[in-house]
Amino acid sequence: MFDDFMTRATLAGIGVAFAAAPLGCFVVWRRMAYFGDATAHAAILGVALSLTFEMSIFPGVLAVALIMALTVTFLTGRGYAMDTLLGVLAHSALAFGLVAVSFLSGVRIDLMAYLFGDILAVSRTDLVVIWGGAVLVVGLILWRWAALLTSTLNEELAYASGLNPKREQLVLTLALAITVAVAIKVVGVLLIAAMLIIPAAAARGLARTPEAMALIAAAIGALSAFAGLQGAYLFDTPAGPSIVCVAAVLFVGLNLIGWQSRRGA
Amino acid sequence: MSLISVNNLSVAYGANTVLRNVGLELEPGEIVTIVGPNGSGKTSLLRAIIGATAPASGVVSLKPGLKIGYVPQRLHIDQTLPITVERFMRLTERVKAAVCTDALRAAGVPDLLKRQMSQLSGGQFQRVLLARALINRPDVLLLDEATQGLDQPGSAAFYQQIEEVRNATGCAVLMISHDLHVVMSASDRVICLNGHVCCEGTPAVVASAPEYRALFGAGTGGALALYRHEHDHDHTHHNEAAE
Repeated sequence: MFDDFMTRATLAGIGVAFAAAPLGCFVVWRRMAYFGDATAHAAILGVALSLTFEMSIFPGVLAVALIMALTVTFLTGRGYAMDTLLGVLAHSALAFGLVAVSFLSGVRIDLMAYLFGDILAVSRTDLVVIWGGAVLVVGLILWRWAALLTSTLNEELAYASGLNPKREQLVLTLALAITVAVAIKVVGVLLIAAMLIIPAAAARGLARTPEAMALIAAAIGALSAFAGLQGAYLFDTPAGPSIVCVAAVLFVGLNLIGWQSRRGA
Repeated sequence: MSLISVNNLSVAYGANTVLRNVGLELEPGEIVTIVGPNGSGKTSLLRAIIGATAPASGVVSLKPGLKIGYVPQRLHIDQTLPITVERFMRLTERVKAAVCTDALRAAGVPDLLKRQMSQLSGGQFQRVLLARALINRPDVLLLDEATQGLDQPGSAAFYQQIEEVRNATGCAVLMISHDLHVVMSASDRVICLNGHVCCEGTPAVVASAPEYRALFGAGTGGALALYRHEHDHDHTHHNEAAE
């Protein structure tokens, strides 16, 4: 069944949705949306490096995303406002990445494939990398779930419970870098943050507990991946953006329903 | 052995030393309140005790196996984070629903289990924080300005609750407050902090100490003047009784 490119694409999309859902919830709860953006944008620099050294994209992107995320974490609270710092880092990384790619002579690379993803070209190997990464991210977050949640709610509360919020922040940073590295093929660097944030935000109104929100976000993300790909096939639209469009429509729809039912109640 | 023992503690943020040579002992079952003006290092002291801030020098030692129940100053739950009271109570301890209900009852809010945290009033919210801190039957309750955002009757009721909890469970209480007026009557011992320990002792002793008056006495007027009047009275009365 893996011979069919649509099957591979759908499985890849669902894999990314599963990794992005619980992580995306923390990104939303901790107001790290821009942080996700900065890490994702840095990935294009990783692409350029990988191509320069003629190695596969995944380790290069993972390394640069990790460095970016650690830099942001380290600089936080050291004299710059967070949004300014992220604005500088995110866009500089993207610009340097684009310039670096232009230096690569010989290979003609399809920049669009990295900016917006190339999910229809997912190979069996890509699929293994994506699902491997997704299982790793979900496993990491499940393992640290209670500690992450406590640290997100209140730093002092975490310390008093014998946890170290800084270590938990590192767990999220690592999970974010892995997610960026596996999602680049599926939605591209410009839309990775959308896969993190939109399903989680759409799930908010339906959930009464953090766990429920993560599960519903995973379902919304998977549904978006599936429906987005079908739509892309049907209407001949770009696949990555189509997935994000479906997620956005679900977000608006679920919010309207929530608003209606609150008004009716 | 004391539950918490702080020796010669100094805490600095960069070049800014906020605490200098602070000492503190907390014995089982006692209620100790730390008072002090803004920026006096109250919160830094508490952060050093829970290990959130590394001391520049000095030692914080906790009795081995000490169970701490912590009530934070302000707990902001982001609007995007759905969480019921029940789920919040089980944040760090896996306990049965009955244990949650018992803790909520002890904190004076027995019927909130299924509610969303975001829908609670300020007073209910603080009591749920207290209930969560009680859930692992702590040896020590630490409270960091736990009545912020409550009005005076609300704070008074909250501190009364703390005293009831102490009487019922025998846990020691170490708390920070700026609510001098209400907090002192519920304390066994008061520590007046301003970068260092200015003075300490029973509420009556501290309230009449010149160091304390220098920090809080002048210019506060209103409720504090009234308070001081009451407390002078108390103090004299106490002395007369002693004589």
